[in-house]
Amino acid sequence: MDPRQAPPYVPLRGHPLTDDEFREREASTAWAPRLEYAWDAGIAISRFLEGLGQGAIYGVRCRRCGRTVTPPRAFCELDFKPMDEWVKLPETGTINTFSICYVTWDMKPLRVPQIPAVIEIDGTSPRVGFLHLVGGVRGRTVDQIRRQVRVGMPVRAVWKPPAKREGAITDILYFAPVRKRA
Amino acid sequence: MSLIRRKPQRRVAIIGAGLSLFMRRALDTGKELSYYAASQALDAAGVRRKDIQAVVMATAPDAFDGVHMKGEWLLDGAGGVGKPYLRAYVGGGSGVFSIISGWMMVASGLFDLVLVVAEEKMSSCQPHPQGAFLTIFDHIIERPLGPNLLWIFSLEQQRYMAAYGIQNEDIALVSVKNKHNALAHPAAQVAAQLTVKDVLDSEVVAWPVHRLMVSPISDGAAAVVLASEHVAQRLTDHPIWIQGVGWCLDTSYWGNRDLAYPRYVEQAARMAYEMAGITEPRRQIHVAEPYDPFAYKELHHLEGLQLADRGKAPDDLAGGRFDRGGELPTCPSGGLMGVGNPIAAAGLMKICELFWQLRGEAGARQVPGNPERGLAQAWGDLMQVGTVAVLGVR
Amino acid sequence: MNLTHARVWRGTMPVQYLYTAGVAGERFFQTLRRRGVLAVTRCAECQVTYLPPRLYCERCFADLSQAWAEVAPGGRVHTYTVVCEDQDGHPLDPPQVVAFVRIDGTDGGLIGRLLRVRLQDVRVEMPVDAVLAPPRRRRGRMDDIVGFAPRRALPRRRTP
Repeated sequence: MDPRQAPPYVPLRGHPLTDDEFREREASTAWAPRLEYAWDAGIAISRFLEGLGQGAIYGVRCRRCGRTVTPPRAFCELDFKPMDEWVKLPETGTINTFSICYVTWDMKPLRVPQIPAVIEIDGTSPRVGFLHLVGGVRGRTVDQIRRQVRVGMPVRAVWKPPAKREGAITDILYFAPVRKRA
Repeated sequence: MSLIRRKPQRRVAIIGAGLSLFMRRALDTGKELSYYAASQALDAAGVRRKDIQAVVMATAPDAFDGVHMKGEWLLDGAGGVGKPYLRAYVGGGSGVFSIISGWMMVASGLFDLVLVVAEEKMSSCQPHPQGAFLTIFDHIIERPLGPNLLWIFSLEQQRYMAAYGIQNEDIALVSVKNKHNALAHPAAQVAAQLTVKDVLDSEVVAWPVHRLMVSPISDGAAAVVLASEHVAQRLTDHPIWIQGVGWCLDTSYWGNRDLAYPRYVEQAARMAYEMAGITEPRRQIHVAEPYDPFAYKELHHLEGLQLADRGKAPDDLAGGRFDRGGELPTCPSGGLMGVGNPIAAAGLMKICELFWQLRGEAGARQVPGNPERGLAQAWGDLMQVGTVAVLGVR
Repeated sequence: MNLTHARVWRGTMPVQYLYTAGVAGERFFQTLRRRGVLAVTRCAECQVTYLPPRLYCERCFADLSQAWAEVAPGGRVHTYTVVCEDQDGHPLDPPQVVAFVRIDGTDGGLIGRLLRVRLQDVRVEMPVDAVLAPPRRRRGRMDDIVGFAPRRALPRRRTP
């Protein structure tokens, strides 16, 4: 685009490089820091993870607004009151939304796609979902998967065997579509 | 319900704007990019660095440039040496938040001339800037699932489509429009003449998102000069006024939000409209630069901004309402989808575009009909912030 | 809540960086590699000479992209420190003397190790010259400057 035909009407400054030019520049500096962290899980999530290790999904209820949420939190961010009434929730829920992802975070292709989803667990308040995966689905193409997975579809948690659980969100392997609710 | 206590008394104008080239990989450092944009904005405003009383720098996570405390590092390129200096930061919302921050400095009476700069150099981050983005997911209950940034966008787009029965063809049209508009932008990184079929034929990265529905990784900078009323009127015959600003953050539990509708954008818009005295946004706003890091986001945001009915923005788009010559031109710059997405700089680029459009100086990009009022919006953090600015010729 | 159940979760941030030297930085490093001198930029109006060089004057914001000069890589020890441990806390024997050297003819300077000097002889304002890697070994990087040595300890310096 000729800069005389549109603002800012002055030559724009900047030196674009091709990928090869970028990687081969002698004066450039590479750095690979080791950024390692140990995050405290905190009170609510520690107890949630302990429950997952035992094959149970726990939530908490706000004593003020009555909202039930999972994953649990120590306080209601809307009422600013403690959320310390614990409830054991069923392992069933509904798909709020899902995607079919064919790339990793560094944009490498995935032959078998991941199916991330927002899952609303039964017994939680409206619009309380959390991120997990959908699995137990045949096929790899968008069309094959979309025939089996839909927004609004009921799902059930599929767990790791008890001996392999470690108190992590991945103790639930995925949520599988169910034809009928138990 | 009123969202502001009272309308601030001091009026604030934009009197100059500047940009660097937007590039996939720049040789230039972030400081140099900042200098290109900042010096161009000062020249356009007819002022020098010594006239500037305070500087705002907007730049997104330190982890992109790989410089801890990069606000401080960028100081000299932003013209901030020896002056009150503020880093404004709300993730992707930072570009528009930068002029909100500068506006506060002038509207409060603290300063008469403030330089606002935004910079991003994402190419430093290897192998992909998503390595830094990953940390926006909760490290205990989300990251072990192996997420990537595309997930939240594809999940939100899918919910938006499912809620209103929208087809992916309708979404792809945003890419077509914005990449086309960017053909007239000299800073543009990914301008192109495409069809809906081209967009849908590009690979599925995370269904329903195709590669050509995603804005690129970019290096670049943008800047504007803000002035109080008496100073602006001394320096220019065509000040562009900041008539209203608004911003709002929704809960960090993104799975607890209605993904089909950005109510935090609505809240931010309502605040800005109240300040600007806007009661009928669709009639009173003549040109808009909604935030478009992904194609569907432009439509999603136009609905939150009350510039389209819920679920109906795709129909308006297909009917030509948002074209450069349409009833409400949106992203006449070419947006993030066409010009590029150096995070904070992309948001401020939208403000620069309105400045030129409202002065009637946009040349090959000019929207017809002498627009008198425009809106720019950005969005970010954990998909939870809306930042809005309403600009006008009066 | 039973705090014995409180958990810690470990993780990383998987990022690496490739920093370009920038327009001014590239010229600085190429000049150092090819000619063994320091490229600087000068703002005539502010009477400031930038080292490391910058494309712009940070004071008056003048464009300095055409305002280049070169200076010899020598100066005076502005300040120094004696480093007795490496970054992991292991003792360094002998300790390293690290100085900030104000380069003559500029308003800037460089950090480098002091070489060929006994610790007790180091003084603030001591004149030093850069010890450069031999021309063929230079790569156009900061480590082309191996360190700084007291001016008297060097053989007669060839003016570049």
